[in-house]
Amino acid sequence: MASTDQPAIVADHLEKTFAVRHRAGRLRRHRIEVRAVDGVSFRVDPGEMVGYLGPNGAGKSTTIKMLTGILTPSGGSLATLGLDPTRHRTELAQRIGVVFGQRTQLWWDLPLADSFELLHHVYRTDRRRHEENLGSFVELLDMSSFMLTPVRQLSLGQRMRGELTAALLHDPALVVLDEPTIGLDIVSKLAVREFLVNLNRERGTTVLLTTHDLDDVEHLCQRMMIIDHGRVIHDGGVAEFKSTYGTHRTVVVDLVDAAPPLDVLGTMVTRVDGPRQRLRFDRSTTTAAQVIAGIVEEAAISDLSIEDLVRQVYDAGG
Amino acid sequence: MGDVRSMLTTYRHLVGAKIRSDWQYRTSFVRYLLSQTVVTALDLAVILVLSEVVPSLGGWNLSQVAVLYGLTTLSFGLGDLFVSQVETVATHIQLGTFDRFLLRPLPTIVQLPASEFALRRVGRSIPAIITLVVALSMAEIDWTVDRLALVPMTVVAGTIIFGAVWVVTASISFWAVGAREVANSFTYGGGFAHQHPLHVYSRWVRTLLGWILPMAFIAYVPAVHLLEAPNPLGIPSWLALTPPLVAIAAVVVARTVWRAGIRNHQSTGT
Ligand SMILES: Nc1ncnc2c1ncn2[C@@H]1O[C@H](COP(=O)(O)OP(=O)(O)OP(=O)(O)O)[C@@H](O)[C@H]1O
Ligand SMILES: [Mg+2]
Repeated sequence: MASTDQPAIVADHLEKTFAVRHRAGRLRRHRIEVRAVDGVSFRVDPGEMVGYLGPNGAGKSTTIKMLTGILTPSGGSLATLGLDPTRHRTELAQRIGVVFGQRTQLWWDLPLADSFELLHHVYRTDRRRHEENLGSFVELLDMSSFMLTPVRQLSLGQRMRGELTAALLHDPALVVLDEPTIGLDIVSKLAVREFLVNLNRERGTTVLLTTHDLDDVEHLCQRMMIIDHGRVIHDGGVAEFKSTYGTHRTVVVDLVDAAPPLDVLGTMVTRVDGPRQRLRFDRSTTTAAQVIAGIVEEAAISDLSIEDLVRQVYDAGG
Repeated sequence: MGDVRSMLTTYRHLVGAKIRSDWQYRTSFVRYLLSQTVVTALDLAVILVLSEVVPSLGGWNLSQVAVLYGLTTLSFGLGDLFVSQVETVATHIQLGTFDRFLLRPLPTIVQLPASEFALRRVGRSIPAIITLVVALSMAEIDWTVDRLALVPMTVVAGTIIFGAVWVVTASISFWAVGAREVANSFTYGGGFAHQHPLHVYSRWVRTLLGWILPMAFIAYVPAVHLLEAPNPLGIPSWLALTPPLVAIAAVVVARTVWRAGIRNHQSTGT
């Protein structure tokens, strides 16, 4: 079956409703429905790297669980690598890699190396290919020092490198990552990002990831989808996103000491956290250079962040 | 065929991993193994004492009762060893760890018992094997080829039937997490009742356990034929061959219910 042109994921009016029982009074029970995913449609092509964003409870994890066959959709249609995830779950499992940052895929009481060996049997991978992949992942993710440590004794960053390796040893065409950088320090985060970029570039692996760290998206993804209350409220290029929603920008100023709000022409101080101040300005009337010129004598400036832009979109969508 | 073989290989590796994990907590392992052996041996002692007091239980003599006991306990013990771990699905659903099994290219019904395999449960089967062998040699059986084949066939079919009951009751968790205790009393209760000749029970219990629940086929019906024992219910001897058929039906039912459960799986938030 030629599948090179086949989309990696096609979701069409995808829905998931949970029935939640609430206690109301002593005996009565209310049954309420939570529409976790409420008519989501999108398509991901092979080789894409897509960020799937949204505030807590937006429906990101629920979408991913449907894509991977863990949950059966309540409505709509879905094809992952051309397969219906509910009906062909085990077949699909052979071809995708999944990481849930909050969960482990590894054998808790055994050395990390044992988990990889077991996965070789579970996925029935070719022995030579397995060794090849493992060798390169151990090197890229710098894991050799803790391969013989029981998983329960690994640090979060070490474990996450293990999780990534575990999800990729069988050469999946698509990897789905739910918060792969959660709780990681800067060093581990960079290692994970570099690794994913490399994976996408060298092997053409399709990547769909959720994160609350917008830096991840800026560094990794060409495209971002934003979901809120179970609906897609934005789907497009990351660069395009910045210019569409970026009529206002925020300059973050770190002063040496706490100070009263800065008074710079064309800006408004939106927040003061001790020595840190956020100055918002309209890009169409004021340039960043002008703002910077106004404050440059007294303060250092950190990088432009898209975090605030995303908050604007949440506000608009919610 | 190759598929089944490689699945067995994977099964073996998963079981090996679990045994290695458990070995890190070896004191509790040894304690459990011992307690299981003692409990099962005590069960047997109770039967022996009972049979002394009531010399023939429903017209069966001691060694005949012991054969019945051995067949049932061995089936139960093997089911306990190889399948009962499906009941951990309740905990896995609650903790959200069941999702991990769904992400692997192997049926969950194979993965779960393998990953939760507990070698210490062997403790249930050891006294059962000893009892069965001793009782069979004492029961003055007229050994023919078909009677000889009947013993392993009954044990295997019984194991499968007990296993299927376990799978069905464990499946309840997909709809009502926390129902594990209900499931448990059901399977363990069933196991105990079948260690006694069926006809000493009252009519409705007999109907429930004997015909509604296919577990009767595990030991009683084949035992009647094997032992040429008193047969007040008039069970025809050809019915002794039904356990494998019942086992197949039980597997089909268990598989259907389990699959329906997975489709209903709600996972957990996060
Ligand atoms: N198993 C479940 N049972 C009932 N409700 C659920 C379940 N899983 C999720 N929900 C609800 O569905 C909605 C979406 O949850 P989901 O986990 O998909 O959000 P998310 O976007 O991943 O959020 P987060 O960023 O916090 O991880 C929430 O309201 C959540 O409470
Ligand atoms: Mg989530």
